[in-house]
Amino acid sequence: MGFQTVGKSIWRLDGEKKVRGQALYTIDLKKEGMLHGRILRSPVPHARLVRVDTSEAARLAGVHAVLSRDDFPEGGPLSPFFGRRMKDKTVVALDKVRHVGDVVAAVAAVDVETADQALRLIEVEYDELPLVSDPVAAIEAESPQLFDHLPEIKNNICHHTTLKQGDIDKGFEESDIILEDTFRTPVAQHCHLEPHMALAWFDESGRLIVHTGTQTPYGVRKSLAEIFRMPEEQIRVVVPYVGGAYGAKSHLKVEHLAAALAWKAKRPVRIQLRREEVFLTVTKHASVVRMKTGAKKDGTLMARKAELYYDTGAFAENGPNVVHKATLTSTGPYRIPHIQADGFCILTNKPSAGAFRGYGVPQVALAYETHMDALAERLGLDPVEVRIGNLLREGDRHPTGATMHSVGYEELLRKLGAAIQLGARRKGRGKRRRGRGIACMIKASNTETQSEAKVQANRDGTFTVLSASVEMGQGAETVMAQIAAEELGVRMKGVTFVPQRPDTDLTPFDAMTTASRSTFCMGNAVRRAAKNLRDRLVEFAADLMEISPQDLRVDNGRIFAAGAESKGFTYKEVAARYFARNQEELIGKGFYGDEEDQKTVLPFWLVGGCAVELEVDTETGAVKLRKLVAGSDAGKAINPRLCEGQVRGDATIGIGQALLEELQFVDGQPVNASFLHYTLPSFQDVPDDFPVILVEQPHKDGPFGAKGLAESALPAVPAAIANALHDALGVRIKRDQGAFKGSNSSSRFTSRTT
Amino acid sequence: MITLNINGTTHQVDVKPLETLLAALRDRLNLTGTKDGCGEGVCGACTVLVDGHPVSSCLLLAAYAEGKTITTIEGVSGDGKLHPLQKAFLDNGAFQCGYCTPGMILMAKALLEQNPRPSAADIREFMAGNICRCTSYVEIVRAVKQASRGLRNAAKRS
Repeated sequence: MGFQTVGKSIWRLDGEKKVRGQALYTIDLKKEGMLHGRILRSPVPHARLVRVDTSEAARLAGVHAVLSRDDFPEGGPLSPFFGRRMKDKTVVALDKVRHVGDVVAAVAAVDVETADQALRLIEVEYDELPLVSDPVAAIEAESPQLFDHLPEIKNNICHHTTLKQGDIDKGFEESDIILEDTFRTPVAQHCHLEPHMALAWFDESGRLIVHTGTQTPYGVRKSLAEIFRMPEEQIRVVVPYVGGAYGAKSHLKVEHLAAALAWKAKRPVRIQLRREEVFLTVTKHASVVRMKTGAKKDGTLMARKAELYYDTGAFAENGPNVVHKATLTSTGPYRIPHIQADGFCILTNKPSAGAFRGYGVPQVALAYETHMDALAERLGLDPVEVRIGNLLREGDRHPTGATMHSVGYEELLRKLGAAIQLGARRKGRGKRRRGRGIACMIKASNTETQSEAKVQANRDGTFTVLSASVEMGQGAETVMAQIAAEELGVRMKGVTFVPQRPDTDLTPFDAMTTASRSTFCMGNAVRRAAKNLRDRLVEFAADLMEISPQDLRVDNGRIFAAGAESKGFTYKEVAARYFARNQEELIGKGFYGDEEDQKTVLPFWLVGGCAVELEVDTETGAVKLRKLVAGSDAGKAINPRLCEGQVRGDATIGIGQALLEELQFVDGQPVNASFLHYTLPSFQDVPDDFPVILVEQPHKDGPFGAKGLAESALPAVPAAIANALHDALGVRIKRDQGAFKGSNSSSRFTSRTT
Repeated sequence: MITLNINGTTHQVDVKPLETLLAALRDRLNLTGTKDGCGEGVCGACTVLVDGHPVSSCLLLAAYAEGKTITTIEGVSGDGKLHPLQKAFLDNGAFQCGYCTPGMILMAKALLEQNPRPSAADIREFMAGNICRCTSYVEIVRAVKQASRGLRNAAKRS
């Protein structure tokens, strides 16, 4: 079947506004009477809060509100507690601070300088406690405990997932070769260029209005409703364009602080985090992964034991789910009969780690794909073939019970291997050694998830897609319009899709813009809404033409009688006639996530991989990427240019995490929380030779066969680079062994910070 | 009160003594196309041209820009026909979230004015101070090359 719009690399709908500097982000918004909020953060990693005295700050001219624990008496108007997986966070610290950067108080003032001055007038007395920063040490019974009042947390473990299959001991007994290694990865940060930022106020009727660059408008609304003890309908969350997110802008980040200050000051309040604060707000999980793999001489995988210790920092955040998903896919895309995997989500005195593109998979993929490479090497097998020989195939059952579908690994792996001439003997000369490596990955999309959409035909012949999918660069606005256009039977050229930013008053419910779910979940909702609208337009046209709707066809924005193309109306004409007779809006509705949709354990699998050719300077250790190939199974690429952009950009963050990025802590103190010291990939770190391979194994339930792909490359990149380094040097990189050393200080002393 | 010449228009602006050009542009003149990324001159999102030279406006005091010619993204094409760089960024998928894009386009404009025929290596070196976290930069390099061809051809025709 030929598509009119799907599969075409049209320009982004938000593109012209963005290249002209006219796209509005949260940071660009102003509101009359607006105050500026600043946050007082803990300078110590773990301490009891002895005293918080805000009286002097409150007296400073220009200060309109100071927020502290005194504003949260038991049974008071605001509830201090929130948290994505458990109510472990508080709006401001109540009795303890648990990481450097933990929120102690906040001020709203006429300008940022006055607010900063007020912060310096807040007197805080900290009684320091021993800290713990190594996740493996943290679970020892004698280690300092971050929480003692939450029953779901024991020995700093806030979550444990187990995946079991077969008989693990038997699996290793029957293996001819056993590999066992420990892999470590450090803390990293998202570094979205637009900092976290929110603008909040209460309107005359008492409704709370929040503009914020969030990925989860409905989630933010729900959490704010709990804090402010208000019905959700009394809160409106609006999302302008978002300047990068990558997982960091899900659930409350600054919205609650802006709103609480606005509540206290009775004025609009804007909070824009400084870059250093962004580093302390949410991070990627540092990890220790112990992995043991058993296989037969022919390369057949027999057994996999995995222990995942993920450092979630001071609060659970999304950590429990990150660990859950990483553990459940710790076997990779492979068939392994005997499995024992345990994942632990562990609290330490660091900023909390949450969702970051790849959602826990990069850490574990480094382990399982290094083992696949080591297996091939030790058994003298081809690294592509040993992977292909072990793949779970279409229709196979994954250990979680989900079915493998739309998983184009074989094609992808062969193309990746061929693209870099994997196995080539050219290893370079002299001090420069050349190596090649590949890796693949698997990630689950999120389950039990719902999206609603509306597609509206406007009086002037334009259309509006009402969807709460957040446009954060991935191209949601464009892809949703393409899906709607395809289903409506209109061409993008000549038809205007009027943008509507997510707004909980206007755009219907959507679970969230995360987990690469929008193209699949919201895409289905939009497609259904477009079909519903098309049916309504056809019915109305049939009425006008006094003909049965079954005898009408739609193409290129026209409804006409089958076999008599000249007899018919354009959509614009139909809409004009409709509105001449009707007051009611002309809207189609669509929903994804009903019982039928939920029948499958998992909506779809993210399938991706990476191949690298690199050169190492054996004197300096400098690694130069000569070529990087990133690949993904798109199901069906709705907009190939956007898909390629997603895959290449995803892989680039992977380059950073493999070679450049680490947020470092010494005694709980972050030492490089700035762009000056935290090295991000620049123009100089990415190869010119950077092709993308898009495989298209259509997904039976995806809109036009499409599914998500935005996290399918990154998780494979560190492993591919490690494998290429082994090829060049003969050394297995299991990441920095020193990352966790020397930071488990147990000194106890009291300090006063005023 | 200082006088700033921005995109060909003269503005009288009341700034504080230590106010940055970035703050003056965004907060006083509502020219919000110039973006605030890191506040320490590293990411390049706030790049503007001052007398044709690319500058991190988060580090330059507004007062120092007095009497100089300032170009921001709003002045590259206004509401009119897209500049070849803007079109090339669209054609090549050279941005996603778009937050770094105004700075990237101005940095590229400065490059092409100095060097109308840059190689990929020239582009990578000249623009290394601008961070993009969404794309791979490859798309931006392609866009700048496309724009350089377009501008050279236009120059030949005229």
